[in-house]
Amino acid sequence: MMFLRYAIYRFITMLLTLWVVSILIFVIINLPPGDYLSNQIAELRATGQAEGVAKAEFLRTEYALDRPIWEQYLIWVGMAPGPQGWYGLIQGNFGWSFEFDRPVSEVVGDALWLTVLVNLAAVLFVYMVALPLGVIAAAKSETWVDYTAAFVGYLGLATPNFLLALMLFYYGNKYFDLPIGGLMAPEFEGAPMSWEKVRSILVHLIVPTFVIGTSGAAAMMQRLRANMLDELSKPYVETAKAKGLGPSKLLAKYPLRMAFNPFVADIGNLLPAMVSGSVLVSVVLGLQTIGPSLLTALKSQDQFLAGFVLMFVALLTLIGTMISDLLLVLLDPRIRYGARGS
Amino acid sequence: MVTPLLDVRDLSIGFGSADAVVRDVSFQVMPGETLALVGESGSGKTITCRSVLRILPQTAQIRSGVINYSAGGKTCNLLTESRRTMRSIRGNQISMIFQEPMRSLSPLHRLGDQVGEVLRLHRDMRPGEAKQTVLDTFERVGFPDPTRVWRSYPFEMSGGMRQRAMIAMAMVAKPELLIADEPTTALDVTTQAQVLGLIKELQQETGMAVILVTHDLGVVANMAETVVVMNKGRVMERGPAPAVLGSPAHGYTKKLFAAAPMIPEVAAPARAETSDDLILDLRNVSKTYTMRAGGWRKPVTITACHEVNLSLQRGKTLAVVGESGSGKTTCARIALGAELPDPGGEVLFRPTKDADQVKINAMSQQERVHFQRQAQMVFQDPYSSLSPRMRVQQALTEPMEIHQLGTRAERREKAAEMLRWVGLDASMLSRYPHAFSGGQRQRLSIARALTLDPVLLVCDEPTSALDVSVQEQILCLLEDIRDRVGLSYLFISHDLAVVARIADEVAVMRQGVIVEQAPPDTLFYNPRHPYTCALIAAQPEPDVNRPIDLGLVSQGAGKPSSWPEAFRFEGVAAPALTELEPGHKVRCHV
Repeated sequence: MMFLRYAIYRFITMLLTLWVVSILIFVIINLPPGDYLSNQIAELRATGQAEGVAKAEFLRTEYALDRPIWEQYLIWVGMAPGPQGWYGLIQGNFGWSFEFDRPVSEVVGDALWLTVLVNLAAVLFVYMVALPLGVIAAAKSETWVDYTAAFVGYLGLATPNFLLALMLFYYGNKYFDLPIGGLMAPEFEGAPMSWEKVRSILVHLIVPTFVIGTSGAAAMMQRLRANMLDELSKPYVETAKAKGLGPSKLLAKYPLRMAFNPFVADIGNLLPAMVSGSVLVSVVLGLQTIGPSLLTALKSQDQFLAGFVLMFVALLTLIGTMISDLLLVLLDPRIRYGARGS
Repeated sequence: MVTPLLDVRDLSIGFGSADAVVRDVSFQVMPGETLALVGESGSGKTITCRSVLRILPQTAQIRSGVINYSAGGKTCNLLTESRRTMRSIRGNQISMIFQEPMRSLSPLHRLGDQVGEVLRLHRDMRPGEAKQTVLDTFERVGFPDPTRVWRSYPFEMSGGMRQRAMIAMAMVAKPELLIADEPTTALDVTTQAQVLGLIKELQQETGMAVILVTHDLGVVANMAETVVVMNKGRVMERGPAPAVLGSPAHGYTKKLFAAAPMIPEVAAPARAETSDDLILDLRNVSKTYTMRAGGWRKPVTITACHEVNLSLQRGKTLAVVGESGSGKTTCARIALGAELPDPGGEVLFRPTKDADQVKINAMSQQERVHFQRQAQMVFQDPYSSLSPRMRVQQALTEPMEIHQLGTRAERREKAAEMLRWVGLDASMLSRYPHAFSGGQRQRLSIARALTLDPVLLVCDEPTSALDVSVQEQILCLLEDIRDRVGLSYLFISHDLAVVARIADEVAVMRQGVIVEQAPPDTLFYNPRHPYTCALIAAQPEPDVNRPIDLGLVSQGAGKPSSWPEAFRFEGVAAPALTELEPGHKVRCHV
């Protein structure tokens, strides 16, 4: 019951945070002087294409870019009526991309889900690699196992992602016949879901997951190792030993359980780091995620597209933090019963 | 002849290439016997007892010796047994209780799970049967509601209750030998008395042997049949408790005895003369805290102290005694202006006899700076109250620098003088704190507090982190300095015996209120309040003929609502503090 109340409370604060984030995003996007259309108009004037100017002017009024910034914001979010009435983010209208001359929802389209997919795969990879390696490194601290894990970890942290990507593509293709670039074979693009398409996507996911996840996994492994080492010197570990518990059972039941908290709390931090970190990787690997669109949109001041992509990333982050907060409450009785204990 | 249950012979343990920290230690534990391993910190007593279960730090090496364990007609050397055999002995035949119940239990697992784990490991029991055994053990160690304890997490319980849970964990498999490593050091005296009583009772019931590691001779006298005194890794003296405690043969044991603080036997006290020259006057001071924990919980108010009236005469020592959570430290913080009392309370300070009174709870910025020069504090933990990155000279001259007193050379000279006052050498000025022992560090903190020539010193448990023999020296030093420069002390302590020698007036606090207040002689000669009686009774005396009276302890140490009619109250609706005889105030219904 208390958990449910907390979950609702947490959800409401998430929505409020999202609202504040939307203001920040909008302000930051609008900080550089001018907008996509005014830049375009200036360019058209300079090249003497008067008929284009008229169309751009029309778009300016159509998308309310001629109004004061706070009004633009309210219209974008859908909290005030714009030229097309109450029709903003809240109502499900993501806006118009000037760069691609299509609605934003069409531009991002599948890319949204592929982004989620790629990043989820990367997060899973991070946890699956970091958990066993971190625990083993701590349990066998200051032995060759520990040193090897640390060496591989630092290598993972230090190698630039795009370099790693190119190397993996080359060798992966040469020895394992892995595909190069993209998230699915070209013939499946736009095709309806089928087992072949799923298979193709999975095979294509291998290298990107590895590339995006390596540095995260290395960092998390080191953190887990440090947490574990802290916990291993706590008196309750000695108590467990004095009970006659075997080494591996002991490790899993007590210190690992304690070291798990920061591990879980990291979910929130991991998501945004991955999404923003994967922008460049996506460009290099030619992944159809929202990364490349974000880059183009920011470069050309395509404000609705950029705004939407940033909002999406923020939403992912907030959901990640919410999940980790809720998990922590479930995992740690001290947080759950904090009030009762005092 | 009976075979000893445990026979430790010529045990030597060391770290790395350094000298051994335990050297040629030998002792025997008979079945059903209690053996006390006594010594100060660094004596090697903890390492010795851990080597029995082989749960030493990884860097420790056992250099020589045998630990023979004989049970059920078989004898094995615990130092050479396989790990698997050791695991089957730990928790099953030999179990252990640790010093800090707060940290020795996993905070994330329910107590039922943690205690029941022993049975899952060592006994072939069905879950229902195991649960019943655990619940029985919980009941046995004195939990009123075992099923609730089964579901509880350790942080939901007080220190004493957690230690009971630890004992239940150690006892649930009915071991042959229980090793208790300072099981009561982290607990309040009344709780200590109850926990010791419990261990003794359980021992009589099950016939197990106990190795009790402690630094407290009083605890030894109450518990042990055999005593082994250790110092610097060696056994100094060994023998039956009455003989060792009655007429110690070794010089070190005698020294320990001399230093052990005791509540004095007093005759009817003479009336102390009083003067109305008060240096510090707390009037009607209350403090409530509001805890706001997270956005979805209701704020909780906690009363730290309630309508406290205390006055300290110039040149005297006022001691505030109480167990953890009694509000004594809050009083000290309010007296120093570090915390404001609730509206209605007043703290008055008169720096010299003829000076104007300063209201500590409503000082101007300038008054505050001035006050900070005149009132200083000595903290509890000398290990963390000195910055490890500052040389002694820096630490001692910093207060003067802040108050812009003197030139560089004068400050240095003053620092050197203060070092001599506290019995250290001026040549130590350029050293760092880590080069000093605990007692020396506490001397340094006293010297630091004295550099500003204060008139009032607040000592917050200044000796509770120190060994007994060092505690003795620090108390002497404090007395000496008080008499030399006419300082006044507000002395905060949990230990009546410590207070007995230094205080002119003692206020006993319990749950935020003063329950009894009198000069120490009056208090010890004629304690009236059940809680004071419990505190005095719970103080372990190093005399085998005067065991702790547990009845008296449990009567007074309970909740105020369980006290005898005349003293009983609920919440903060306490009866008034009544002066029963001149200078002796007791909180009771008259």
